Amino acid sequence: MGRGVTPARRGTRRSRQPSPSAPVPVSRQDVAVRINGTVYQAEVDVRTTLADFIRGHAGLTGTHLGCEHGVCGACTVLLNGEPVRSCLMLAVQADGAEVTTVEALGTPERLHPLQEAFREHHGLQCGFCTPGFLMTALAFLQENPRPTTEEIRQAIAGNLCRCTGYQGIVAAIADAARRMRGESGGG
Amino acid sequence: MKPPPFRYAAPASVDQVVSLLAAHGPEAKLLAGGQSLMPLLNLRLARPAVLVDLNRVRELDYIREEDGQVIIGAMTRQRTAERSPVVRRRLPLLADALPLIGHPPIRTRGTVGGSIAHADPSAELPAVLVALDGSVVVRGPGGTRTVPAAEFFVSYLTTVLGPEDLLVEVRLPAHGDAGTAFLEVARRHGDFALVGVAVLARVSENRCRGVRLAFTGVGPTPVRVPEAEEAAEGRELTAAVCAEVRTAVEARLQPDSDIHASAAYRREVAGVLAERALRLAVQRAREVE
Repeated sequence: MGRGVTPARRGTRRSRQPSPSAPVPVSRQDVAVRINGTVYQAEVDVRTTLADFIRGHAGLTGTHLGCEHGVCGACTVLLNGEPVRSCLMLAVQADGAEVTTVEALGTPERLHPLQEAFREHHGLQCGFCTPGFLMTALAFLQENPRPTTEEIRQAIAGNLCRCTGYQGIVAAIADAARRMRGESGGG
Repeated sequence: MKPPPFRYAAPASVDQVVSLLAAHGPEAKLLAGGQSLMPLLNLRLARPAVLVDLNRVRELDYIREEDGQVIIGAMTRQRTAERSPVVRRRLPLLADALPLIGHPPIRTRGTVGGSIAHADPSAELPAVLVALDGSVVVRGPGGTRTVPAAEFFVSYLTTVLGPEDLLVEVRLPAHGDAGTAFLEVARRHGDFALVGVAVLARVSENRCRGVRLAFTGVGPTPVRVPEAEEAAEGRELTAAVCAEVRTAVEARLQPDSDIHASAAYRREVAGVLAERALRLAVQRAREVE
């Protein structure tokens, strides 16, 4: 296929089933991603990042975009239960996957223990980095429910906060760990 | 939209990857974990016409043991390798290095083969490959070939891989009987290392055997320092031997200066890390002896 040729726009081919012949490179593709239990389906430009799909197509703007090159951690979501940078993935790569965003955590009336702990320990100020911290901490605490302070600091080393400072965030995650283990919080 | 326009294909097998590269090789880029390529696309520093996504090629995701080697499929996630009991038991040096790569969300996506093929001069896995004298298996237009670590890295972000080549697997000699250590200095945990060192050592009758030192962050490719290895070989690790190792490291390495650290700082840190890592590796070797 020459560079000037426009690939098929309709009925773009999906490459889920192995076939003897390789798929033809396309510019647009259908994608279906289950986000917080709801399937969002669209035909997208293949260069659409997962982050832009979550915000633009699914309308879930809790996932924030800071640096868009994998340094700040603001766009962290769970992909099939594991934390990933949604700015460093294409939406088409998440086709068929299960994504969890900050909207799945709690509601204003009924906050998740992590969100409660962030509120009580001054773990946020402007709130821009918070969704990324929450999703990073969620995955971390699921794997390590009894972390040391040093382990918490390492776990959030990939998330940047430019206003609150990290003391409150570290304290919040330590307290959230206690709450999520079913022990009383606030300590 | 951040990335520049490209056409995209997600083949399901190695054969399909090979035929896509045959058709689009020079204008195509392989997308593995994407933790280096996606930033380059988002910053528009890379503008490939075609992106060939390897993430649906399931046959490239495996870890298995064979004839004293551990063989890791190129698309094995770093997080998967980190959690693998085979890696922990048979490849302690790789187990030491993996937690130092980026952050957990990076390792969820990042792959063992991708990191080695990308050949970032500050990356950990290329140094592990070189320290262990491992090899990579490459599938190209002329068939499959095995490339030893010492011949694989050419320069900054450059390997012997051609535009139609696919790195298929990484082969590392099992070394569960050795002591290992991977130490690095970075400005923040998970950042690229200013200097890092991979060390492997065995101990018998209190003497060091089979000592290997490979550095990252101090040159265009991972750097072995044979003079330092020889300084420790067959000897007890006394303070005098450690001093010889440091001297050999500082004499051999010629790092560059950049905004993060001067060449002199990097050279001194390399010597200090070499001694610490060697002491740690020898201590661990005694424990497994």
